[in-house]
Amino acid sequence: MAILKATKLSKVFGGLKAVSDFSIELGKGELIGLIGPNGAGKTTAFNLLTGVYQPTSGEIDFDGKSTIGLKPFQITQKGVARTFQNIRLFSELSVLDNVKIAYHFHVKYGILESVLRMGRYHQEEKEIEERAIKLLEIFKLSDKKDEIAKNLPYGEQRRLEIARALAAQPKLLLLDEPAAGMNPQETQQLMQMIKWIKKEFDLTILLIEHDMQLVMNVCERIYVLEYGSIIAQGTPEEIKNNPRVIEAYLGEEVE
Amino acid sequence: MGNNKKELLAFVACIAFYAVVQGLLMLDVIGPFWELNLILICINVILAVSLNLINGFTGQFSIGHAGFMAVGAYLGAVLTVKLQLPFIVAILGGAAAAGFLGFIIGLPTLRLDGDYLAIATLGLGEIIRITILNIPYVGGASGFMGIPRYSNFTWVFIATVFTVFFIRNFINSTHGRACISIRENQIAAEAMGIDTTKYKVMAFTIGAAFAGIAGTLFSHYFYIAHPASFTFMKSFDILTIVVLGGLGSISGSITAAILLTFVSAALASYPEWRMIIYSLMLIVLMLYRPQGLFGNKEISLKIFGRLMGGNKRGNTQGN
Repeated sequence: MAILKATKLSKVFGGLKAVSDFSIELGKGELIGLIGPNGAGKTTAFNLLTGVYQPTSGEIDFDGKSTIGLKPFQITQKGVARTFQNIRLFSELSVLDNVKIAYHFHVKYGILESVLRMGRYHQEEKEIEERAIKLLEIFKLSDKKDEIAKNLPYGEQRRLEIARALAAQPKLLLLDEPAAGMNPQETQQLMQMIKWIKKEFDLTILLIEHDMQLVMNVCERIYVLEYGSIIAQGTPEEIKNNPRVIEAYLGEEVE
Repeated sequence: MGNNKKELLAFVACIAFYAVVQGLLMLDVIGPFWELNLILICINVILAVSLNLINGFTGQFSIGHAGFMAVGAYLGAVLTVKLQLPFIVAILGGAAAAGFLGFIIGLPTLRLDGDYLAIATLGLGEIIRITILNIPYVGGASGFMGIPRYSNFTWVFIATVFTVFFIRNFINSTHGRACISIRENQIAAEAMGIDTTKYKVMAFTIGAAFAGIAGTLFSHYFYIAHPASFTFMKSFDILTIVVLGGLGSISGSITAAILLTFVSAALASYPEWRMIIYSLMLIVLMLYRPQGLFGNKEISLKIFGRLMGGNKRGNTQGN
């Protein structure tokens, strides 16, 4: 069963068609890659799926229900979490607080309970803290939990962003260039990590990536985007040999 | 646990402080001049801490706080003078009215960001003042006179402690974290499932309600509520306290409120020097410590521990 299905999405900015006829279908538990040359519209597609932009036309169904017209936070509450290409951490806050914030919409205690510190407040705060630390342990960040997020090295900031997205307990995780700026060794570790969290957290993952080695290694299926439209889809093997894709990346062959 | 112990300690400290000051007041060791300043300090703490919730923690730059204070001052006076209701009802009524107005005003204006929000709130503060100025029922331009002096150190101190505890506990909960995440990165906050509009309006409403309390206490100390007390200069005074103490630091706001009220009091006989020294202080601060006296840190036992050479890293959101 498809967990996310986008049909004929398009987004027009003034005279520019950033995305047109974008159709994608993610099965539950799949790990899908979205690739394409710079400016192909990958991030715009992500922004459409997460409600940052409203599509000019087209349909998005998540878990069998349309998400058109919902705000980003509502879509997140339905179970779609994301990371950003240009990291967007809560940079002045501690690593631990970054993760704790993402538990927010699962918290049940109300304002009165937090102000008076009674009822479910202490119990739930303790739970949040424990779960956040557990999550940081998975991402090997627990010894830096009191560090201010902006002081982390780049690779760790990326890992923290993924940890934070997972804290929202999504069913679908969208990763926007998770390996950008990482060295080959970090990328290698990230690959293992992505495979592992997918299994551990029972996730469906859609990732945008420029690192072909990563995409070819971890993704089960790949969509290729060029000039806002999907030009190919298939297994990594099929994509590698698809003449349209080679053309998009390397240009036409000269006769 | 250790947390509860610390809470208790803070509570006991508050009571002890109250007992000492109240004792000194009753023995007339603290004269009327310093009593006035004590009360002003408390009112300024309420105003600064509540504005800090909006400006410092939620990151929404509002400079119309005096307007909400005016609503509390006048509505409280109407309740006690015209309707002969008890003081506590006036305080709660002032808070409710200012909070309600904050809610109504917050819904449309909090769509604005940065400078635009600042200008809108500045304008709203003035609109509130001018509106009151033109209502003869509350005295118009000559002010609302004949308000009984119900405020005393006890009332004002209890209100201050309540405000500080309320806002500190709010900040240290998931709701407070939601507000802080808006300041840090609104797009990321949305992506984490936080209803940013709701929390901006909530912070604005709570901040306005406490400004209303401060207003009621204010008018019931000075026998009069006058539109000239609530101009944008008053808003700037509060903002100065918040910025001086540090955006996002409750202890900073308290310290700065005490400091600035004392500076004002000490310079009472040289009013023309007051603004010069004020501005010099701010210039020096902006040059050497642009994040304010405390930045976004709080005074906590952990920091004392660190100063004593104890544990190496304190929790920045500690309390």
